[in-house]
Amino acid sequence: MRLTCPLCGPRDRREFTYLGAEDYLHRPAPDAPRDAPPDALSEAWDSYLHLRDNPAGPTRDLWYHEQGCAAWLLVSRNTITHEITGVELVANRKGGAA
Amino acid sequence: MRIEGKGIIDRTREVKFRFDGRDYSGFRGDTLASALLANGVRLMGRSFKYHRPRGVLSAGSEEPNALVEVLGKTIRTPNTRATMQEIFEGLDTRSQNRIGSLRHDLLAVNDLFSRFLSAGFYYKTFMWPRHFWEGLYEPLIRRAAGLGSLAQVHDEGVYEKAWAHCDLLVIGAGPAGLMAALVAARSGADVILAEEQPILGGRLIGDGGVIGAEPAALWLAGVEAELRAHPNVRIMTRTTVTGAYDNGTYGALERVGLHRSPRPSLPRECFWRIVAGRTVLASGAHERHIAFPMNDRPGIMLASAVRTYLNRFGVAPGKRVTLFAANDQARQTARDLMAAGVQVAAIIDPRQDVSVVEDCPVHSGAEVIDTKGRHALRAITVRKGAEVFDIETDCLAVSGGWNPALHLTCHMNSRPRWSDELAAFVPVADAVPGLEAVGAANGDFSTHAALLGGKAAAGAALLALGHKVAPVALPAAEDAPYTHRAIWAVAGEGRAWLDLANDVTLKDVQQSARENFASVEHMKRYTTQGMAPDQGKNSNVAALAVLADATGRGIAETGTTTFRPPYVPVSIAAMGAGGRGKGFAPERFMTSDQASRDRLAPMIEAGLWYRPAYFPKPGETTWREACDREVLMVRNAVGVCDVSTLGKIDVQGPDAGRFLDLVYANTISTLAPGKVRYGLMLREDGLVMDDGTAARLGQDHYLLTTTTAAAGQVMRHLDFVHQAFCADWKVRVISVTEGFAQFAVAGPKARALIDTMLDAPLGDLPFMGVVQTAIGGVQARLFRISFSGEEGYEIAVPVDYGEALFRDLLARAETMGGGPYGVEALNVLRIEKGFLTHAELDGRASADDLGLGAMVSTKKDCIGRAASRRPGLHGPAREQLVGLKAMAEISAGAHLFRPADAVERVNDQGHVTSVCWSPVLDLWLGLGFLQNGRARYGEKIRLVDHLRGIDVECEVTHPVFFDPDGGRMRG
Ligand SMILES: [Zn+2]
Repeated sequence: MRLTCPLCGPRDRREFTYLGAEDYLHRPAPDAPRDAPPDALSEAWDSYLHLRDNPAGPTRDLWYHEQGCAAWLLVSRNTITHEITGVELVANRKGGAA
Repeated sequence: MRIEGKGIIDRTREVKFRFDGRDYSGFRGDTLASALLANGVRLMGRSFKYHRPRGVLSAGSEEPNALVEVLGKTIRTPNTRATMQEIFEGLDTRSQNRIGSLRHDLLAVNDLFSRFLSAGFYYKTFMWPRHFWEGLYEPLIRRAAGLGSLAQVHDEGVYEKAWAHCDLLVIGAGPAGLMAALVAARSGADVILAEEQPILGGRLIGDGGVIGAEPAALWLAGVEAELRAHPNVRIMTRTTVTGAYDNGTYGALERVGLHRSPRPSLPRECFWRIVAGRTVLASGAHERHIAFPMNDRPGIMLASAVRTYLNRFGVAPGKRVTLFAANDQARQTARDLMAAGVQVAAIIDPRQDVSVVEDCPVHSGAEVIDTKGRHALRAITVRKGAEVFDIETDCLAVSGGWNPALHLTCHMNSRPRWSDELAAFVPVADAVPGLEAVGAANGDFSTHAALLGGKAAAGAALLALGHKVAPVALPAAEDAPYTHRAIWAVAGEGRAWLDLANDVTLKDVQQSARENFASVEHMKRYTTQGMAPDQGKNSNVAALAVLADATGRGIAETGTTTFRPPYVPVSIAAMGAGGRGKGFAPERFMTSDQASRDRLAPMIEAGLWYRPAYFPKPGETTWREACDREVLMVRNAVGVCDVSTLGKIDVQGPDAGRFLDLVYANTISTLAPGKVRYGLMLREDGLVMDDGTAARLGQDHYLLTTTTAAAGQVMRHLDFVHQAFCADWKVRVISVTEGFAQFAVAGPKARALIDTMLDAPLGDLPFMGVVQTAIGGVQARLFRISFSGEEGYEIAVPVDYGEALFRDLLARAETMGGGPYGVEALNVLRIEKGFLTHAELDGRASADDLGLGAMVSTKKDCIGRAASRRPGLHGPAREQLVGLKAMAEISAGAHLFRPADAVERVNDQGHVTSVCWSPVLDLWLGLGFLQNGRARYGEKIRLVDHLRGIDVECEVTHPVFFDPDGGRMRG
């Protein structure tokens, strides 16, 4: 498997560290409304932390170019065909501010 | 028997080798199989289950029968295919799967009980009594049924792995592959031509024939010479491509040294990962056997193999050969034999309306229905209509048609298509992205079709890669249609084998269908058809044709089992080359490494790092003596310890403080320049990730430390938080762990030692302060922090100066009654102070569990804040960090119980994470987690470690045992 890092070009998968699904990018607002009891996790936080799809087909997940440029990458790929359809820099996404 | 004038072996180079303890000789260019055949040895092994005498079936890597052990000095290599093992001077081999000699295998008795040993026998017979399986049945079966045996010693052979990249990978150097490689070579593309055999040519070697106006051998020599002259062509012989993977990646096994006398430096095998822009699969085809009664005797061989032994090796596998085939192509074997002066007894052709004009008798509409010969073939019985007669013959050449070697096209989930016309599965297009099958691998069996397919596929691949395609003339070649009739089995008395390697018979497959294991995947597992090392290359298609017949379905509907990598067996040693011993993990050494070893310090691993455990003094006989001395040295004088393994992360920029407030649970931005603060990092799920220090070196400049264990994880995390959530903030983060050597100097005399070192007087440096300074003109950072509880400093210098500084620090410390201390003493010092490591920060502890709940700021957001407030991460139901005091030895990993409770899992109250003997307090100390522990100080608790036989009563205490108000480190 190879990923084409937008900064470094095509690189062997051994240079990358996997994190998980794209969901990790969509961090809820810190004060997302809470259910009772008052300190329980809101649904948004619960979903962010724990609920993941297990898609057969297209998926997007996060890879870190640890043995390269240290960029976090958002990779679009297909879990059935192993085809990689896109790699973009996480840092270039819009609206990521915490 | 050698035939003069035939073959391309080097008859001037005699090679001596051994088989089953006897000396033989062959020629350079022989395989073990061809050399044994030349010596008249036809019996080469015993079958898997029935211990039937077996000879060689094929001349290639698909061989199911002739598996031998190659004997080395210490190791032996089992299941080596005699058809692939080239002979070399001194090669020593022996047959396998026998008790006693090969001719008089005691287990041949299994054959007499064969009717009890049919498919499903193990499942039915050995199911009960259940406990008999492990103790009795399994060892017995293993002894009787099996393949080669291992030497039970480490394989010390050298193996390698390597990577290669190319524009075009051509798999197979027969006519199709050679043509593809030639087109690509002339077009200037970067080509790898991988060929399983030691020589190029594929079936041109065995078949001969004419290409263009010249004999195939001359055409082949010309093409090979041209390919070798192209700098852009790499020819990899003895290399089998074993798997097709995503992104144009292929696995390949190269037999680097298996054909030569072993030398210590010579790798046995190399496992390649080849990345190709495009691939042409020209892997040829496998000939099929026919399931006629008693079709397994030595001397019964594939027709193409007989032809290969004759034309490539100059060996006649028999004196009087018979051909049994239902296709015209196989007749060339008989013609070649006769031309070489070998007698051909007859041609048996099951088809009715075929030509009977040959230079030997031809029986059309006939079938072989029995064979004779105890250790090798002596005669066959033929049925022609109502007539049955015997033919004396010592070699039966069989052809049941051809299967394209399409395995690689199915490695990425694709299924092949059944062709009624060819009575074979053929590849579907685009089965593997970027790969095109050509020639026989694609079901195009004529030489012309192979040449044409290779040329066209290479041209298309090059165009797709943006290359210009150079013109290559297509030479004329044989273009006969593939004329055949599908024949899978012959009805008759006696067993007819399908899978010779696993001893699966026609009857087994039919029985499987009767017992309703009728899907092809079930049949495979029930009968073990195709599950031997050869993976059923000669037999799978016939087996499923028989299954299709037994279930009344068509073959296309029955389908195939899944083709998976590897295409041929690959040794684990080759796949994992370089990953053994020291190669398993890289070693990281601190700058003080040699200085520590000079003092005979035993080194222990901390992740990939090596750190000194302790520094033994003359007269000390145990590690504890050294450790106790070093602890007291630090508490009473001064100790020096290399702490460079801590992660060091440099954070700079106007938004650095804001960023650190987001990643740390506590607030960092309020820190004054020149100050250091303890910091706690959470994971987003609210549990503790790591702890460490944050030093503010300047207005926009911080330096973080992490624990040794979490250095990589924290760096990844900081990059993630920055790039994912605040990429627009003006902050930059980089690891400088390996840029600085850092030494802890701790103890009541630490300040005095530091004062002798610095270029300028230190002045006042308060606890948790940091200052830029210089030592001998070298820039250094001095932190006043303590992981020992004593007045402590840490000095950081660029790594190039680390060793010199360490040696200097030790020399000075020793004049003051101090010296170096290792990680054993470091651990005791920190346990006495209740400081944490990843023994406690084990990924399951919340800040509240550790007594650090108040550090999670309520005034700001931080990673993990939302989840850390979950009720489940707080309160008396949780196991909380406590100290444990004991009068006897205790152990980490022990569990805690109320003294009144039974020691059972339901009564488990917690566990112990770290322990030490405290020479300062004269006690055993432990840190651990105890249910509602903070409310239970003073309570007695029972500590039990069944593994080490420890059962000790402890007192639960606050986790800080020594100097609880911190007066010593504040100075
Ligand atoms: Zn990169």
